Amino acid sequence: MADKMHIKMTVNGEEQEFLAEPRELLIHTLRERLDITGPHIGCETTHCGACTVTIDGKSVKSCTMFVAQANGADVTTIEGIGDPDNLHVLQNAFKEHHGLQCGFCTPGMITRATKLLEENPNPTEEEVRFGMAGNICRCTGYQNIVKSILAAASEMNAAKEAAE
Amino acid sequence: MIPAAFEYYRPKDMAGVLAVLEEHGDDARVLAGGHSLIPMMKLRMAEVPHLIDLQDVAGLTGITIENGTVRLGTMTTQATMIDDAALLAAAPIMREAALQIADPQVRYMGTVGGNVANGDPGNDMPGLMQCLDATFHLVGPDGDRDVAAREFYEAAYMTDREDDEVLVAVSFPAPEGGYAYEKQKRKIGDYATAAAAVQITKENGVCATASIAMTNLSDTPIYSEEAGEALIGTSVDEAAVEAAVAAMLGDIDPTEDNRGPIEFKRHAAAVILRRAIARAWSRA
Repeated sequence: MADKMHIKMTVNGEEQEFLAEPRELLIHTLRERLDITGPHIGCETTHCGACTVTIDGKSVKSCTMFVAQANGADVTTIEGIGDPDNLHVLQNAFKEHHGLQCGFCTPGMITRATKLLEENPNPTEEEVRFGMAGNICRCTGYQNIVKSILAAASEMNAAKEAAE
Repeated sequence: MIPAAFEYYRPKDMAGVLAVLEEHGDDARVLAGGHSLIPMMKLRMAEVPHLIDLQDVAGLTGITIENGTVRLGTMTTQATMIDDAALLAAAPIMREAALQIADPQVRYMGTVGGNVANGDPGNDMPGLMQCLDATFHLVGPDGDRDVAAREFYEAAYMTDREDDEVLVAVSFPAPEGGYAYEKQKRKIGDYATAAAAVQITKENGVCATASIAMTNLSDTPIYSEEAGEALIGTSVDEAAVEAAVAAMLGDIDPTEDNRGPIEFKRHAAAVILRRAIARAWSRA
């Protein structure tokens, strides 16, 4: 067995330090070591996107990254985006527009959507579908997910305009 | 899905990378974006006792365009290729192809170097590099070496790269004329059932040059010189296109798998090449 490595990373603004084998997958680090269970394990084969987190400004499937690669990284999960008393605009839009049914894919969907809207604040429906293509939902048929993201985009843009 | 244990290295320079490769031979491998290698390690189809992460190695990222030559550092990601305005102006086929690779999350991590060096016939960049007549730049213990993309691929996962060499960059002359990267796949994120890369130039209504390469239709990418020649000197009319398609079909050697039987793949290859030629010609 390989030696454990000293790992340091920032998760949702909090410094984390621990010893881990380099082969540990980041999704397992988050869920089992740090008790951050928002990101889910759907397929564990880079297909479904349920484990999506933001790492140094990139949307990444955390089942396809070794913890060693994330040494020194800044990681944001759904827990760092909103909480039950203070929902993110996207979380609220998913609630309002029925963008989830079982909810299993939702943390990954919303984490990916925050990055999508950051890069493209005013997407077309087609751009939303293309930009969300790495996330699979088996309940909604996607229609209401797309609707939720477009609604959140307009709300965020309106808020930005009002602020200016 | 837990891969076998490995020692992890994150050197800051190529000397550090080469030292580990020299010490451990084929027990060591480099990791770029990891989105081909990590899934193989998780399935334990690849065992890598010594894993060298390239993320901190200086000088492996970036796109430069100088004197008509485009050069991409090996760690340049597909997301970067899609967003780079200078690359779009110099070689728009790169963006068109990169957008058809995998999905957004994978494109933030997937690199040009990993895509071309892995030797997976399903990867899109190898065929594209052959279409563009790219050169691969390798660094090893005995110094630097350049290999033409059209000479690099030997069989599935077998390339001209030696175990102790690292592919550090790709470069190609900025293409002229019309272009198309056309890909048939079962769903977003899938490898190609058939894909075609086409670059074509037009002079006085006649095709002056044409370069055609195909993806995932043999155990290597296929540069079909004859397919390109079938178009040169013609007005790219139906007869010329069918001659090019026939030449391409003579060069590919697809196998049956879960994307379909051989006859279907040959059919798909013909349809995809016709579409790619039509789009490239319309842009020439």
